[in-house]
Amino acid sequence: MPIELKMPALSPTMEEGTLAKWLVKVGDSVASGDLLAEIETDKATMEFEAIDEGIVTEILVAEGTDGVKVGTVIAVISSEDGDAAPAAKAPTAVVSAPASPSAASATPPAASAAPPAAAVPTVPVKSAGDRIKASPLAKRIAAGKGIDLAGIVGTGPNGRIVKADIDAAQPGVPAAATITAPVAASAASASAIPANAPAAPFSSDIPHSAEKLSNMRKTIARRLTQSMQEAPHIYLSVDIRLDALLKLRSELNASLEARGLKLSVNDMLIKALALALHQVPACNVSFAGDRMLQYARADISVAVSIPGGLITPIIVDAGSKAISAIAAEMNDLAARAKEGKLAPHEYQGGTASISNMGMMGIKHFTAVINPPQAMIMAVGAGEKRPYVVDDALAVATVMTCTGSFDHRAIDGADGAALMKAFKTLVETPLGLVA
Amino acid sequence: MTNYDLIVLGSGPGGYVAAIRAAQLGLKTAIVERENLGGICLNWGCIPTKALLRSAEIYHYMSHAGDYGLSAQGISADLGAVVKRSRGVAKQLNQGIGHLMKKNKITVHMGDGAITAPGKLTVTKDGKAEELTAKNIIIATGARARDLAFAPADGKRIWTYRHAMVPPEMPKKLLVIGSGAIGIEFASFYNDMGAEVTVVEMLDRIVPVEDADVSTFLEKALKKQGMTILTGAGVEEVKATASGVSAKIKDKDGAVSAHDFTHCIVAIGIVPNSENIGLEALSIESERGHIKTDPMCRTNVPGVWAIGDITAPPWLAHKASHEGVIAAEAIAQSLGNKDVHPHAMDVRNIPGCTYCHPQVASVGLTEAKARQAGYELKIGNFPFIGNGKAIALGEAEGFIKTIFDAKTGELLGAHMVGAEVTELIQGYTIGKTAELVEADFMHTVFPHPTLSEMMHESVLGAYGKMLHM
Repeated sequence: MPIELKMPALSPTMEEGTLAKWLVKVGDSVASGDLLAEIETDKATMEFEAIDEGIVTEILVAEGTDGVKVGTVIAVISSEDGDAAPAAKAPTAVVSAPASPSAASATPPAASAAPPAAAVPTVPVKSAGDRIKASPLAKRIAAGKGIDLAGIVGTGPNGRIVKADIDAAQPGVPAAATITAPVAASAASASAIPANAPAAPFSSDIPHSAEKLSNMRKTIARRLTQSMQEAPHIYLSVDIRLDALLKLRSELNASLEARGLKLSVNDMLIKALALALHQVPACNVSFAGDRMLQYARADISVAVSIPGGLITPIIVDAGSKAISAIAAEMNDLAARAKEGKLAPHEYQGGTASISNMGMMGIKHFTAVINPPQAMIMAVGAGEKRPYVVDDALAVATVMTCTGSFDHRAIDGADGAALMKAFKTLVETPLGLVA
Repeated sequence: MTNYDLIVLGSGPGGYVAAIRAAQLGLKTAIVERENLGGICLNWGCIPTKALLRSAEIYHYMSHAGDYGLSAQGISADLGAVVKRSRGVAKQLNQGIGHLMKKNKITVHMGDGAITAPGKLTVTKDGKAEELTAKNIIIATGARARDLAFAPADGKRIWTYRHAMVPPEMPKKLLVIGSGAIGIEFASFYNDMGAEVTVVEMLDRIVPVEDADVSTFLEKALKKQGMTILTGAGVEEVKATASGVSAKIKDKDGAVSAHDFTHCIVAIGIVPNSENIGLEALSIESERGHIKTDPMCRTNVPGVWAIGDITAPPWLAHKASHEGVIAAEAIAQSLGNKDVHPHAMDVRNIPGCTYCHPQVASVGLTEAKARQAGYELKIGNFPFIGNGKAIALGEAEGFIKTIFDAKTGELLGAHMVGAEVTELIQGYTIGKTAELVEADFMHTVFPHPTLSEMMHESVLGAYGKMLHM
């Protein structure tokens, strides 16, 4: 029996991906657990494992193809009882046909078939075999409405299409999914935003080269545009004296040397931001359409520049972790981020972000909020500046930090309170190690 | 101090099942219980009442031995012995939970638990407090009987379900206030045991959450057994006296009259056990004490989950257990387990059972609710009198009603009253969960001779294809 391998959904936000590399070729025999291909999602490169065993009879999507929609058949394997692929293709076609004769005109856009939020991670990376799995009721409703089941992602057991999936797929009817988690919220809102293609093809007479967008670049473009369009940003800046923090850092590093650990200023600022969010919970929130989510824990997304873009690995519950633990975790996350090897749960979520461009000498900048979060802290370079200390001009190491706040969720006064708390924690840094 | 992956607060049918499932998934799990492992369900609810009702049922059969060509003399009921058996059953199961906790390496902390901060919980026992920490906490503290504002239960003359389960003496003349599942089950039990029973229901029919046809049928059947049923009626006053209870009852025409009873059972609903467990400090959202959750049992506070009677209705043990599994799996998933796939709760597929005589069981929408929702309906209704097995059992009273969406063939609801229907309803529940349509039920071969054949006939009837009527 031939088995169709379909493009898997490897992360909740994934709608399409790039088939980066085939690890098998036609004629290879594969067993459950064998690696079949490398697939580049919007954030990372992931491996696609075989669930069924058999012989690869056809490869339908060539290596290097991008924009392969989730659910597209990418290869066919036949079980080892020797039936040939061409003979087996006929029933495959027949099975999808009776679902709806008028399917072509009624097929909804793939994006609207996003699974309900609650079921996000359950879409199995498994081929559906030679037939579409759907409940009797789902088949009946789809037939009545002229919806093609082939275009629907099933959220029932083993990927079965159920009534809720058909309801969610109706053009013009929003999915009944409720926002249940930050990740889900971003998945839901992301799918509602059309791809950000320019309205007219752009051309230029100036000599140039053009490169197709990577999936990461597409995701960055979509999410940042969404943030600036949907979240009214306000920016609040403070100058923060760093001398005490730098002194504490060198003392801590001296005592940690034996353990081979070194704390960076950024590790300490991550902790400071988390504690500031604990002190001003009004800033540790998400604006979720019809309600506000108030987080009880500060998970800090840390912007990390990687080849081809950036990614925001998360320090979960940074407020209750020792700075040394944050440092060790950041080293690991940043290293794996640069290799594109973070798992989705390591970079999706977070309750607020921090972006530090100090090491690049940037004095002051504003950052774009990472939705569905409601604040991001932009950290400038620490530099020696003339500074008034006790009514006298002195030299101090000072940095400028600017918080961007989603004004739908956070009032100016609350944002100011957060900036003040952050400043106090950094300027009297013993609170960070207490 | 141990740091757990999960602490479950409350060991009822929601809590202990959540703990077992979490432990199976490799989570370091603890459970906190202030009184009895197994909670109300198996100590003071579902299970011991079933033991009582079984005694009543056998007593009923013995009293009707002649109907089956048998004779039995000197039949009598010893209430003390009946209650003793019921307590024995509860005890056996309570110990069983203890073994299950041990087998699954779940740490049991006996005492009053209160959440002090996300991930922190204090257990107090005999004035000593112990602090526990966990990545996740499931609140499963359940609910208790609602008291009458003007006549709180005293355990002597005015009882809640809990007193009614271990009665100090056999009531001669019993007033039952409220005709939901609990009220009707005790009314049925004491009626079978020989008490003179009056049921007062404020709404216009008994078992008001059931389909109206079921209410009408059950009222007739219970009246035939000698029960007095007053619907649309209110109890204005209840006073415990030395010899019993005096009550003022306002009937449906507004006339108030005084009645004397020996005892009174108050079964007017439940209140959630939401006090002193730290809900306020955490700002956990709730509605009238019932915690708000999403379909995966998450509260608005990350890391804090809630299941069972402390959450939204239906307030049923099997709903709590199922939520326990969902929450445990969702927690395991949040901690990185990629092999679990928790599914969201769909309340439309939760069956309800009432163990009076005759029994009541249902799942999904009532006819009235389905019409209200705008569905065009196809309805089948098959009576027990048309079923061979029912006649052979001497239980020819009852019916099975099925309600389909005429457009899609979706089974919207099923409603049954009669012998053993509580064991039948799962068939329709599986069908609803798997989203079967009328054709699937019609194409299923039901074994003969069984009561389940009526389930087939009812579906056939909805489409004008009934065979045996």
